[in-house]
Amino acid sequence: MSLPRPPKKNPILRTRAPTTPPGGRSRVALGLTTAAALGRLELQVCRDCGTVQYPPREACHACLSERLRWTAQDGAGELIADTVLTHSNDLYFRERLPWRLGMVRLDAGPSVVAHVHGDVGDAPARVRVGARLDRAGQAVLVAFPEQETKDMADDRQLREMTCDPQYRKVLVTDGKTPTGQAVVRALVDAGADLVWVGHAEPWKQYAGFDAIAGLHAVTPVPLDLTDSRAVSSLAAQIGGKVDIVVNTAEHHRTFGIGDRRGLDAARAEMDINYFGLLRLAQDFGPALKARAADGDTGACAWVNVLSVYALANFPAHGTFSASKAAAYSLAQCLRAEMRASGVRVVNVFPGPVDDEWNQLVPPPKLAPSALASAIVKALRDGVEDVFPGEVAQDWLARWRDDPKALERELSL
Amino acid sequence: MNRAKYDGVVACVPVTVPYVRHSIRGAHWFLARALRELIATAGLAKSDVDGLCVSSFSLAPDTAVGLTQHLGMSPRWLDHIPMGGASGIVALRRAARAVQAGDADVVACLAGDTNHVESFRLMLGNFSQFARDAVYPYGAGGPNASFAFLTAAYMRTYGATREDFGHLCVAQRQNALAFPHALMKKPLTLDAYLAARAVAAPIHLFDCVMPCAGAEAFLVMTADRAKRLGLPGVRILGTIERHNAFPEDPIQLRGGWAMDIDDLYAQAGVGPEDIDFLQTYDDYPVISLMQIEDLGFCAKGDGPAFVRRHTFTNDGSFPMNTSGGQLSVGQAGAAGGYLGLVEALRQLTGRPLGSTVPDARIGLVSGFGMINYDRGLCSGAVVLADTSSTTGSKPRAPDTGSTAAVRAGP
Amino acid sequence: MSQDTLAAFANALATGSIRVVDLTQTLSPAFPQITLPPEFGQCWPFRIEEVSHYDERGPGWYWNNFSCGEHTGTHFDAPIHWVSGRHLPNNAVDTIPVEHFIGPACVIDCSKEAAADADFLLTVPFVEAWEARHGRIPPRAWVLMRTDWSKRTDPVAYQNFDATGQHTPGPDADVVRFLVEQRDVIGFGTEAIGTDAGQGYHLRPPYPCHSIMHGAGRYGLQCLANLDQLPPTGAVIFAAPLKIEQGSGSPLRVLAMVSER
Repeated sequence: MSLPRPPKKNPILRTRAPTTPPGGRSRVALGLTTAAALGRLELQVCRDCGTVQYPPREACHACLSERLRWTAQDGAGELIADTVLTHSNDLYFRERLPWRLGMVRLDAGPSVVAHVHGDVGDAPARVRVGARLDRAGQAVLVAFPEQETKDMADDRQLREMTCDPQYRKVLVTDGKTPTGQAVVRALVDAGADLVWVGHAEPWKQYAGFDAIAGLHAVTPVPLDLTDSRAVSSLAAQIGGKVDIVVNTAEHHRTFGIGDRRGLDAARAEMDINYFGLLRLAQDFGPALKARAADGDTGACAWVNVLSVYALANFPAHGTFSASKAAAYSLAQCLRAEMRASGVRVVNVFPGPVDDEWNQLVPPPKLAPSALASAIVKALRDGVEDVFPGEVAQDWLARWRDDPKALERELSL
Repeated sequence: MNRAKYDGVVACVPVTVPYVRHSIRGAHWFLARALRELIATAGLAKSDVDGLCVSSFSLAPDTAVGLTQHLGMSPRWLDHIPMGGASGIVALRRAARAVQAGDADVVACLAGDTNHVESFRLMLGNFSQFARDAVYPYGAGGPNASFAFLTAAYMRTYGATREDFGHLCVAQRQNALAFPHALMKKPLTLDAYLAARAVAAPIHLFDCVMPCAGAEAFLVMTADRAKRLGLPGVRILGTIERHNAFPEDPIQLRGGWAMDIDDLYAQAGVGPEDIDFLQTYDDYPVISLMQIEDLGFCAKGDGPAFVRRHTFTNDGSFPMNTSGGQLSVGQAGAAGGYLGLVEALRQLTGRPLGSTVPDARIGLVSGFGMINYDRGLCSGAVVLADTSSTTGSKPRAPDTGSTAAVRAGP
Repeated sequence: MSQDTLAAFANALATGSIRVVDLTQTLSPAFPQITLPPEFGQCWPFRIEEVSHYDERGPGWYWNNFSCGEHTGTHFDAPIHWVSGRHLPNNAVDTIPVEHFIGPACVIDCSKEAAADADFLLTVPFVEAWEARHGRIPPRAWVLMRTDWSKRTDPVAYQNFDATGQHTPGPDADVVRFLVEQRDVIGFGTEAIGTDAGQGYHLRPPYPCHSIMHGAGRYGLQCLANLDQLPPTGAVIFAAPLKIEQGSGSPLRVLAMVSER
């Protein structure tokens, strides 16, 4: 059933404080979260005997091998029993009852406890199990109907795990760049109620901004992330209404250490990419956290457009890489501080975007529209780490395989 | 393989520390009261108790070790059994072997827990690593959710109805009305059972036990010593214990008993037809049905039909959970794993606190515990006999309709 | 004698017969800064961060840290600012003789012309026409070009960019040369963001006011305000930049003293 537009908020009623589902996990179980953060379902598979394991464990329950590797799964299985909870011992679920869950026998072997999508029929029923991050930021398994159903994303339980921009109010911090403009368009297309678009140094004219500013759902706002007072002032005006922040503001120059004397370029990068995020988080974070349980379309996400260069320095864009690494680190801090509220911090790590400052970077380059689509998809899917495009995927694979090797490859 | 019998050993002195819904006391308080009553009833000094076996969830961070210092004991044999609903049976079989072997003369077996207002909720999230990682985050329904799955699967597979479960609950309530320690004091009708609110469908309110505080205890010693002390004892004809049985079953429709019942009855020298009463571990009625089947009282899947044929009351056919079971008495944590055993000691020594099972000579007590992830891992059973019956073989058959196919597992 | 003069000056200030006019724009993060093509180094805009505000960071006091470039807001240009003045003696804000910071001002009103044409250029004939009305520009005077540009409070209008760059009024090359060589001015001041016109890059030489004025050891003032409150002649202005070692310029408070006749 498609989600109806939620009614306006009743200003007499208290905004409920956010709660989150149980977030405790053993370290070994975090492998599920690692994959779910990227939108993948992975289970441990024994490298010696091939047995698929669940719940996560330290040794193979069949052959006792400790060589268990997290491996992608298709999640096909059968719902063999289900229930609808009408009582829960946890505050978060108590406020969201009734809640459907079930046991699924995966074709791959193990039986798993999973949240069950409303469109799944009564047990026994074929399902496809996927991993999602819940409001605690931890991976949970969700049993979906085997075939896509209409308005599947609008399932009440599923929406608890996603950050769909539909009917939500979004702040895009910089609408002047091709990426910022593409993000604005994608959010408007996704049904965002209102998109505030940051507009720094308004005397500088950039192609396309006027077209964005003219869209019905779009309201330009003065926002320069280097200006603490401007950030505070905007937060005071709209901070209590923003449901999603998408920080597209970025300063990008193409220098390493030796080919640019002085600090001005590097400092400008840090001022926007790192300090800008800090200013934004200090001023917009508190209200966002406070409104994380504000109805069906309450505050839910914070998106940082970082760079795959945050993982390992790309010397040709050395100071930019460093500023993005700093921003990535700060984003981890933000994620930790947002965790108690359930507001999801989504970090996006694009490879080179096809824009002015990557002019001399050879293709493939990521189209701004592709980056924007990836951001909206991440919000809809509820993932936490996004590596859009071939280059980002390649870097991610190399980085996960051996960070030191990647460093050496990039230094050639 | 010839298993040694438990000759010369008896269980005696059934003790119950009265149950309360909530308590501000610690687990140590309940366990101390149980021990005190054990030695007072037995006429022993505390120092005479040289073996101690403890089960408790809320004793943490202490274990049986800490309890020795807390209670000023110096036992030469000590065990801590964290097996929940299987604790009583496992405690008994270990204590009996210790006494038989001379490692201890008198073993006090204690199980008890306190129940603070928030205890149950706090325990759920950290019950096990698997529960924390893979169950609790899914709605935090606790055991209700897990047993909802098992109940739903059982109903679908074997055709059980809510009325079948209700029949057991109503019968146990009738048994409980005479039992002074039962927290449930009012009769239960089938209509009331069926009309109760859902908790995690198909689990409804009266399918659930009430967590509470309390303790259960007994002593294990040689038959000679019990006789010298003038303590009526109960003989152990056979015991079984099994953990993580049938791990390949996608969902639990049977327990470890199904692996071991031949061994149990062979040891005991009796068959299901010889059993005068059954104490199941009844945290949910579906588990009682599973035990009835897996312990050989009927064929697998015939549980619903079996239930429809019997009254389960102490004055009727197939007396079961004769003090009311946990469903009517309450679940005092680990003491729930002792409840049926302590009640069996009372029935077989002819000193029930509630109503009597007429002519009870042989009883079967079953235990089931620890939903670690998706199923109970621990199972156990013991066949007990009063000291007057010389053997297990008696020409009595409480259930003549189902003895033909009793031993078969699924 | 000088004591008498200063006493009379102080008395005039006290009695209000000398009026003090503030020619300074407020230093604010919202005030635009000079904008160069992105591949060049950039002058920092004015930015301010609170240190404490009678709070846990400092319970009894309020203060800020600020940052900006030497050429932010109403500011002073020293000869060392331009490559043409780089080798002159005493060419930085810390070494300029302090007497140069106080001097008479001639205010040339171009406000009508600037309103009609954002790219208006001040020319020698225009200055000569002004001199015909107000007298010859005395040596060592500031020449201030009044355009009322400071009344453009919207930063977009103030910067006035289009795809061909900035469009703001300023002097042409000949008049700069004329003012330096024929009138021996101490410096040139404007209300727009530079002493040169927005399109000054296309003049010969490019940015003539910077190039010629600083090459001759003269100074610049820009982002001035309230020039409409000054008489064409007779005002004395006080414009002392911060004493920055080897500084090329600095934000400053520019005050004008005007006799009330």
